[in-house]
Amino acid sequence: MAEQQRKPKPKKDEEEAPQASKTDEDVSNEMDELLDEIDEVLEANAEDFVRSYVQKGGQ
Amino acid sequence: MAIPKICGIETEYGIAVQGGGEFNPILTSSLLINAYAKPAFKRVKWDYEEESPLRDARGFEAGVSEAPSDDESGLVNIILPNGARYYVDHAHPEYSSPECSNARDAVIWDKAGERILEDSIAAAQAIVTDNERVFIYKNNSDGKGNSYGCHENYLVDRRTPFPDIVRNLTPFLVTRQIFTGAGKVGAENATEQCDYQISQRADFFEVEVGLETTFKRPIINTRDEPHADPEKYRRLHVIIGDANMAELSTYLKVGTTAIVLKMIEDDFISDDYSLAEPIRAMRSVSRDLTCRETLELDDGRSTSAVEMQWEYLRLAKKYVQEYEGDDEISNDVLDRWETVLERLEDDPMTLKAHLDWVAKLSVLNAYRERDVLEWDHSKLKLIDLQYHDVRREKGLYYKLVRSGKIDTVVGEPEVAFAIDHPPEDTRAYFRGECLRRFSDVIVAASWDALIFDTGDEPLRKVPTLEPRRGTKESVQDLLDASPTASALLANLSK
Repeated sequence: MAEQQRKPKPKKDEEEAPQASKTDEDVSNEMDELLDEIDEVLEANAEDFVRSYVQKGGQ
Repeated sequence: MAIPKICGIETEYGIAVQGGGEFNPILTSSLLINAYAKPAFKRVKWDYEEESPLRDARGFEAGVSEAPSDDESGLVNIILPNGARYYVDHAHPEYSSPECSNARDAVIWDKAGERILEDSIAAAQAIVTDNERVFIYKNNSDGKGNSYGCHENYLVDRRTPFPDIVRNLTPFLVTRQIFTGAGKVGAENATEQCDYQISQRADFFEVEVGLETTFKRPIINTRDEPHADPEKYRRLHVIIGDANMAELSTYLKVGTTAIVLKMIEDDFISDDYSLAEPIRAMRSVSRDLTCRETLELDDGRSTSAVEMQWEYLRLAKKYVQEYEGDDEISNDVLDRWETVLERLEDDPMTLKAHLDWVAKLSVLNAYRERDVLEWDHSKLKLIDLQYHDVRREKGLYYKLVRSGKIDTVVGEPEVAFAIDHPPEDTRAYFRGECLRRFSDVIVAASWDALIFDTGDEPLRKVPTLEPRRGTKESVQDLLDASPTASALLANLSK
């Protein structure tokens, strides 16, 4: 599998504490956390896994 | 006045086994169902007598065989206590939900099916070798040109001319993809290439009207097998839909289609929205992530997928006001349908917490950005697949739900209850309750009959040809007054 490049994660600014609406940065951080969580459950060897998933046709 | 749209959803699940070498999908499907089923329910046979998948709604019997072969009809086939059918169909485990009276119940019993498949994995995992791992996906394609279905069924008045259904439903079905699509990376079946498309199924539709379901798939399927009084009813078999994880996608899929069918029955649609090229439109709508590209109508007018849906919604609002007044579910469907169309028009990505194809796309886009991946990267294909994993700790849809990134429509306690209980306001209640109480003397059952063998008389068939009869309200007292099946049969004869 190809080496993956990663963009640096933006750092959370502790000083700014918006109370009501989420900033773009919050949203981006949340998404990064979610992707990290997804990484933990994704099946290993994506290429082999996807290649071996073959179904007989159905309706 | 249109008849109530009793409905159900049948889903063929994708299966795989890792770590055991070659696997036989039919045997694995059987293993899953057998491992799940309680012994009392395994001995009740499915009654095939009333099945006629070759009867065509256009009035003839087909020569091409798609009927289950003798071998196949001998496969595992059970009825669950919630009134559903759980069986092996075309090398897939299939869950056919019990009959529901509304879209909200359809979501609940569809989700109950997912839990049943999830529990089946756990039960099967205890039987297979330690190296083998069983996977089940609620999707419609293996990404290699093989598709399996998620069909909806709606009770339709036999008096409604079939050509009216074809004319008025086709443009609706082609364009409803914009909220029913489950999203797919890439194209299949020798169709035009794309990075990502809205529907899992669109690439597999090749004709406008027809009887087949496994090849030359038609937008409108003509199978005429009502599983109910054939003089009064049709069962419209809608094979075009995607299997949805997102509850709002399922809710709107069933809710909007039910209203449109009622409008057709009441002859409420006067304009003709026939598309110039429905098959081409299926594919172009699926590939248009803006939902706004031009669609040509047969009469020379042009529209877009979202505009076409606005047309149906505008009519549906008038219809519901006129015919259904303050019906709670119909009005809720209208409200949500409107919000979804507004947002699709504004920016489809604003629906990432609501619709499958948008939720999946937002995850894929985040990965593409973070890891700098091209669309053909296998990791993106894995995300596409694993979004549909029914195991809640592994499935990416469920990851999004737990992170609060997808809104649900129904509550988990309702879903948990529906695993072992039938809907209370259709004949599924009578079927489920009879099985729960008397499974030891029921030899066979199907959608429209139960067959009892009480030992003291010949086999007795109790027909259930009216999908709206056998509700809790109408039969609970009778069941409670019948301590045995013989007593029930005697009470039914009174």
